[in-house]
Amino acid sequence: MNINLRDPNKIMKLSRLGSFHQSRLSFLRSFLSEFKDWEYKRDLFDLDKNGYGTAVYSFTKKDRVYSLVCFANQISDTERSDRVIATKWDAAFTLHDGIPLKKDIERLRNEVPKQEVGRLSYKELTLSRANKSVRIFDHVVENLSKGFQPNLDLLEKVGYLYRTTAVYGSGKFGLADRFRIKNREEINGPFRLEMMLVYLVRQFTFDQVNHVAKKRNPKTAVNLDPKICKNLGIGNSTGLGMAPFIVNHPTLLNNWISCRETALKKIRELETVEIKDSNLFKNCVRNSVKNITSWNTESEYQIKKIKFLLRDVRKFLDFVEKEFDFNNSYPFNTLYLWLEKETCEECVEYIVSIMMEPFGEIVQPLIKKMSSDEEKYFNIPTDRSVGDLLAILEKKYSNILTIDFDKKENHKKFWFISKNKEEPRLADRFEEQGSDLEQPLAIARDIKKLYERCLLSKKSLKIDKFLIDNSDLRHVVRRAFIIEKFPYSEIQDNTISENLIPIDMLRLKLSFFGALKFDPRSDKWLRICMFQGAPLPKELKDFDEQWVYNS
Amino acid sequence: MKSLSEIETITKRASRAVGFSWGDSEEIAKGIRLLELFGFPGIKNLNQYFKLINKKNFENLSILKKKNKSNKYSFCPINLGIRILDQIKTLEKFKKITFHKVSYPILLLPFLSRCSDVIGKKILFKFEKNTFLLNFNVNILSNLSLKKFPLLAKKTEIVFLENKDNFTEKEWKSLYKLSENTFVEETESLKQGAAGAGLTDND
Repeated sequence: MNINLRDPNKIMKLSRLGSFHQSRLSFLRSFLSEFKDWEYKRDLFDLDKNGYGTAVYSFTKKDRVYSLVCFANQISDTERSDRVIATKWDAAFTLHDGIPLKKDIERLRNEVPKQEVGRLSYKELTLSRANKSVRIFDHVVENLSKGFQPNLDLLEKVGYLYRTTAVYGSGKFGLADRFRIKNREEINGPFRLEMMLVYLVRQFTFDQVNHVAKKRNPKTAVNLDPKICKNLGIGNSTGLGMAPFIVNHPTLLNNWISCRETALKKIRELETVEIKDSNLFKNCVRNSVKNITSWNTESEYQIKKIKFLLRDVRKFLDFVEKEFDFNNSYPFNTLYLWLEKETCEECVEYIVSIMMEPFGEIVQPLIKKMSSDEEKYFNIPTDRSVGDLLAILEKKYSNILTIDFDKKENHKKFWFISKNKEEPRLADRFEEQGSDLEQPLAIARDIKKLYERCLLSKKSLKIDKFLIDNSDLRHVVRRAFIIEKFPYSEIQDNTISENLIPIDMLRLKLSFFGALKFDPRSDKWLRICMFQGAPLPKELKDFDEQWVYNS
Repeated sequence: MKSLSEIETITKRASRAVGFSWGDSEEIAKGIRLLELFGFPGIKNLNQYFKLINKKNFENLSILKKKNKSNKYSFCPINLGIRILDQIKTLEKFKKITFHKVSYPILLLPFLSRCSDVIGKKILFKFEKNTFLLNFNVNILSNLSLKKFPLLAKKTEIVFLENKDNFTEKEWKSLYKLSENTFVEETESLKQGAAGAGLTDND
């Protein structure tokens, strides 16, 4: 049976993309698989009694070493902010390429805590900072120092000791450009070094909390139970900074989605499924329910989504356990069709992610296809004709072409870069100033404009001539020729609509990172948790691939 | 040191700020990144050029021809570069094209470099006594000192070089002969047994 890949016009809608969940394709999971046989070491741990100081952690294999350099600093409660406008953090981190020399550490001590206003070098690969969840951190220190383990209910509510507020890579603030390292096999997957940084930061938070507790009361203090550590991750606060990324990297976006869609297609095409695989799938769905019931948020929007998700996952489990027979042909195709008919988008995508769990042999080869050599597709094929372009626009943007951009509600918002923090922001075009400096993120509107201009041109006109009078639309001409080859490269929705929910864009990216427990704090930013339940560095050699569901 | 990613991002924004479209700004940003990667003073010259761009008039550009004379003003290297890049498959057929008066010719280089990659031919760019050989967007060879980059090229020539060897047949044969010293002379027994297929394969 040949199953078609799902229609981009359906999958690339924001409400669907904003319903994506982590899977075996997610970057933090593929990072763990890739680095499981690397040697992990804590090379330096020089903290004072309050936990301030320097630490270095590394992963090594043969001659290659990646070192996380951590700087923990004292800040006052009034200085602690997760917003990008903050200038001080409880801890700041960089991933150094190789073993840092003393002079490197001294240089980094001056620069890393400054974050965006500091300067890094080509020897540094990623940069981040994090703040304590003070309530949790203090509670854990207090208890450990007295010889007790912390209150698990309290820990479960938050899920981490620290949360990062940004993780930078790929040439930002002087960091190494991607081209310097792109041929390294171990990082042949997107955001792998960002994932390494976050993973090692998680270990630092455990070591720091143990250290402070021990210093507070050396006689009675105990270490945080490794089982508890394992169920703690690293939090992350994410704002709009992430949203433009998925618009600005169309071929990369395509490859992420295309790998997910290819995995689903191949799983639906399996005529028979072994019992061990169907059992593993059922177990993961069953165990995953606790990830939903322990998903805490105060967001009305998310509470509603979780409620429907839980209802539909239970309905699905009921169906699978009471009515469904995995001995029938093409069982996963039948299940998928049932899901589309009977459950909400959030549940469909949730179960699609879990369908990948038993099929490492399908998923693993796809992981290497998730990066993109974007330069290769930058040139516009100017020897093509306006007729060709029109055909692409009509075929690939059919829904977008139906949007009426003369209506106020369809172009109410605009994206801009804030002068204060050089970060993307979203505002109301009719109430705020600045729309004359709009960023080129209103792809749907510009595609529609391009379509209308094409209709006024001769179909036989070559693109090189068309661009002479239409250079204002060059950016979308380029995109149209990209989507011709990469069907999942474009969000098939209006990113400046009054009804836009920007966190849908964030969730898409974060789901590919492997984030859990999306907790929207408004429509523009959210908190998440990464690596919760993941093996600790010392357990990496032999860990349960389904830790997300089994921890 | 600034990363190439920073160079590209800032160039794109600055280009937009002086009035180029977003699509053109993307092209400029790629170009300056390339110049800096190849060790040419891209940022420096773009800065100087952007300071005068709105104070100066430039020739209008549309469809390029074999010979392109400026009537009154010089050509903007960026608009010219984008037009050449867009029309390169047509222009290539002329074998050689000429332009009179191009401002800041260094800014034309990255577009020609990309053209070389698009058409799969080396491109020779000449003005006055200066020459640049653009090799498939892999590197740029020049006889010009990088410190003294002219602000105006009065008479420029862009030559699309046919793909041919840049060594003589004699030089090639001489090297080939040397390479033969790594081969083993085949004996009768080796002829019979060392190859995969048989001596006759008529079945």
